[in-house]
Amino acid sequence: MADALVDYDDVLAAYDPALGLEVHVELNTHTKMFCGCPAVFGGEPNTQTCPTCLGLPGAMPVVNGKAVESAIRIGLALNCDIAEWCRFARKNYFYPDMPKNFQTSQYDEPIAFDGYMDVDVDGEIVRVEIERAHMEEDTGKSLHVGGSTGRIQGADYSLVDYNRAGIPLIEIVTRPILGAGAKAPDVARAYVAQLRELIVALGVSEARMDQGNLRADVNLSLSPKGSGVLGTRTETKNVNSYRSVERAAHYEMRRHAAILNDGGSILQETRHWQEGSGTTTSGREKSDADDYRYFPEPDLVPVAPSREWVDELRGTLPENPTVKRARLQAEWGFTDLEMRDTVGAGAFGLVEATVAEGCAPQAARKWWLTELARRANESGVDIADLGVSPAQVAAVQALVDAGTVNDKLARQVFDGLLAGEGTPEEIVAARGLAIVSDEGALGAAVDKAIEANPDVAQKIRDGKHAAAGALIGAVMKEMRGQADAGRVRELVLERLS
Amino acid sequence: MAGALADGTTTSVALTQAHLDRIAAVDGAVHAFLHVDAEGALAQAAASDERRSAGSPLHLLDGVPIAVKDVLVTEGLPTTCGSKILEGWIPPYDATVVARLKAAGLPILGKTNMDEFAMGSSTEHSAYGPTHNPWDLDRIPGGSGGGSAAAVASYEAPLALGTDTGGSIRQPGAVTGTVGVKPTYGGVSRYGLVALANSLDQVGPVTRTVLDSALLHELIGGHDPRDSTSADVPLPDLVGAARRGADGDLSGLKVGVIRELAGDGWQPGVMARFTESVDLLVGMGAEVVEVSCPTFVHALATYYLILPAEASSNLAKFDAMRYGLRVLPEGVASPSAEDVMRATRDAGFGDEVKRRIILGTYALSSGYYDAYYGQAQKVRTLITRDFEAAFAQADVLLSPTAPTTAFKLGEKLDDPLSMYLNDLATIPANLSGVPGISVPSGLADEDGLPAGIQILAPALADDRVYRVGAALEAALLDAWGGPLLDKAPDLEGTL
Ligand SMILES: [Zn+2]
Repeated sequence: MADALVDYDDVLAAYDPALGLEVHVELNTHTKMFCGCPAVFGGEPNTQTCPTCLGLPGAMPVVNGKAVESAIRIGLALNCDIAEWCRFARKNYFYPDMPKNFQTSQYDEPIAFDGYMDVDVDGEIVRVEIERAHMEEDTGKSLHVGGSTGRIQGADYSLVDYNRAGIPLIEIVTRPILGAGAKAPDVARAYVAQLRELIVALGVSEARMDQGNLRADVNLSLSPKGSGVLGTRTETKNVNSYRSVERAAHYEMRRHAAILNDGGSILQETRHWQEGSGTTTSGREKSDADDYRYFPEPDLVPVAPSREWVDELRGTLPENPTVKRARLQAEWGFTDLEMRDTVGAGAFGLVEATVAEGCAPQAARKWWLTELARRANESGVDIADLGVSPAQVAAVQALVDAGTVNDKLARQVFDGLLAGEGTPEEIVAARGLAIVSDEGALGAAVDKAIEANPDVAQKIRDGKHAAAGALIGAVMKEMRGQADAGRVRELVLERLS
Repeated sequence: MAGALADGTTTSVALTQAHLDRIAAVDGAVHAFLHVDAEGALAQAAASDERRSAGSPLHLLDGVPIAVKDVLVTEGLPTTCGSKILEGWIPPYDATVVARLKAAGLPILGKTNMDEFAMGSSTEHSAYGPTHNPWDLDRIPGGSGGGSAAAVASYEAPLALGTDTGGSIRQPGAVTGTVGVKPTYGGVSRYGLVALANSLDQVGPVTRTVLDSALLHELIGGHDPRDSTSADVPLPDLVGAARRGADGDLSGLKVGVIRELAGDGWQPGVMARFTESVDLLVGMGAEVVEVSCPTFVHALATYYLILPAEASSNLAKFDAMRYGLRVLPEGVASPSAEDVMRATRDAGFGDEVKRRIILGTYALSSGYYDAYYGQAQKVRTLITRDFEAAFAQADVLLSPTAPTTAFKLGEKLDDPLSMYLNDLATIPANLSGVPGISVPSGLADEDGLPAGIQILAPALADDRVYRVGAALEAALLDAWGGPLLDKAPDLEGTL
């Protein structure tokens, strides 16, 4: 299919993209949405279950108040109205991982609605309108055993783990984002990145995309340029990194255009993102006639948060990300370009956390945006998921500041961190990375270099101090980069003056 | 019985064994039970006797055996809901009401027969065969809780638990000459009640006397944090109300006769017993007013939209995947999950259940939701308003519990609509959540079979139904010279 894609510029010449994002956030409440079972990741299969989350006959749900609180705080942070009265509904469909064969969700009465988030897309603020944020429960997880692909086709049997069934989710749905043009994929990426930052700041979820705490569905449609009519959309499900969100939107635009250019029509369907090939594949066909037979859940009383409570929760919100960004840019002394790059790389929160660990802002920015961004790019993960923490970056920089290592050696410390070799100090010791400033060892190396390079030595004796670099280089080579370059220069000049 | 236990005339083991013997003697003909747990009941009885001899403080009903409708889950005891699809399923937990019975020391005799998933008015829709009315074994015991009512009427159990979604405690009570109570919605926990229609279902007592019902109701009732719809308010003093009522003074009480639920087309013998009962209440000082609830004529239609809608969703979980029956389709080499689900549901669900699943699926489907389910919810609100207006004029409302006495087994099986009419008088209370009791009002002249009177009160005023019910029961006891059930045929003699 890839060869049939339309060139991106040609897509934009003929079509307007409409983007929509649905983000599921798994809350970090101690217990599940409708029962008292622990809501923690992992655990032996089916050990965190009870009659309610197993959907056994007779069992009944009770709403987790903490989940409602988190939902309201998310809603408020997204500038939403909070419902004075709302209900849960049953979404009826068959799904092997779903114990009741209906999902308890919210339908026409979401807890939060009509909000917006101002998203910084490479320095330009784009307002993304939020249609709704509603509460629902997660499903269980199937494991297909036998067969070669791990998929249900060809499997001998399937096992279902209901530990995850009933974990509280908040689904945040945008209104169609129009007019983004060529930047639609960037908007998608920036929105998800900024939303995740917000969720982390709220402390309501671990928000780890690699563990599925935060999953994005990317809806995309194209309409003939200027027509203003929304086209048929596809929904690419469970995209699990910022980069993939951007790539999925990009890919779907080119794929849609290819079909439309051929005079075909887009099938309304869910699609699966294929990380390896950077493509999407067809999932379940979906139509507007999908009939979930929603009706209000009769086993749950309505949720009616008091206005006092909502106001109280409003007081617990973290600083607005846009305001915060402006404040920190001033504090850090970053240029607009530096700030934009930092945000664009998804490193804003990481730099902030690193500075909070005592690192100088420019140093923090340098490490995240150069060394670590490069490594993340090589491994195809977000830098946040690289496995290096802000505290570790701050500790590495502290070693640089103390003169224990230089930047070049620091890169080897990062190698050690990624290989799990311990703390930066332990890695320096184990790998023998500390800079040598021992006069005896340095002096010997300098003497050796002078002896090996008599011509250069003579030039320096003649007053051409710029030639010292060659001798310093030789010393550094001799000492595998671990010499204190400043001290070496002093020694060279001392000996040859 | 509680008295005999208290004064040492009998023991719980003796009492329990006597009921097990009675079950062994007559249940082959009555078929009130789907599962009898003799061993478990006797063990619980022995534990009760031990507690009593140790002088521990005991619940008044400690040691009195009880039967439980098979729609309530019981840890370690089969729970089938009268359906093949749950054959062999043994729940790993107890319904809240069952846990409360156990905590109070009531030995559980077993699980009683019912219409499959509580869908029916005759207990003929049980997948395990019908229950027979102890008054006439050729007749139905009412439904869906015919098993519980027949167990109590045939002296197989002194107490039973039923569930009432549209009258399934009160209507069987009426046709078997027993007392049946549907508490206020939310007054008794539904946790562990396999839902038929969640917004209508209610657990309640089935007993021989009004006082027994009050004792049992107080035991099982009250707030349950595991049922978010359960009312977080204290229960009224039900036992006290029953005792006060038995004194026979009803002066100052206004009773309303619901015009729409007592009139033309009802069996004359049932109406005659109803009219006499009302006269007895007047004799005790009550003032009678006639009230009109015009929207009640739509109650049946409303009920038959809401119930199947909720039921269709509730029954979706019975898919052959996790528990109960699993049927592999014939002639399919490697069946898909859907194939297995289809074959299982086809074999596991009876006709009435299938009928209502289809009806409910249709009523909820997009394009029809507003016309059916949405409209039904609006009428439901109007019915509640009718109740409010009627309760502004009267403290309690009265009607016959069911329009006729027990009909013959098989008589209405092919005519679901005529079967549905049996619940005409009981359904409005479920739609509005108000409490109601059915008290035996005597035998109809035409057929000598029991009839019942229904007493309804406003939500949370359950004490009123006990006060009036007990007053009427006492007056009738005098008039009959003994309990109505004494007039029932001697089953062991006829078998
Ligand atoms: Zn649970």
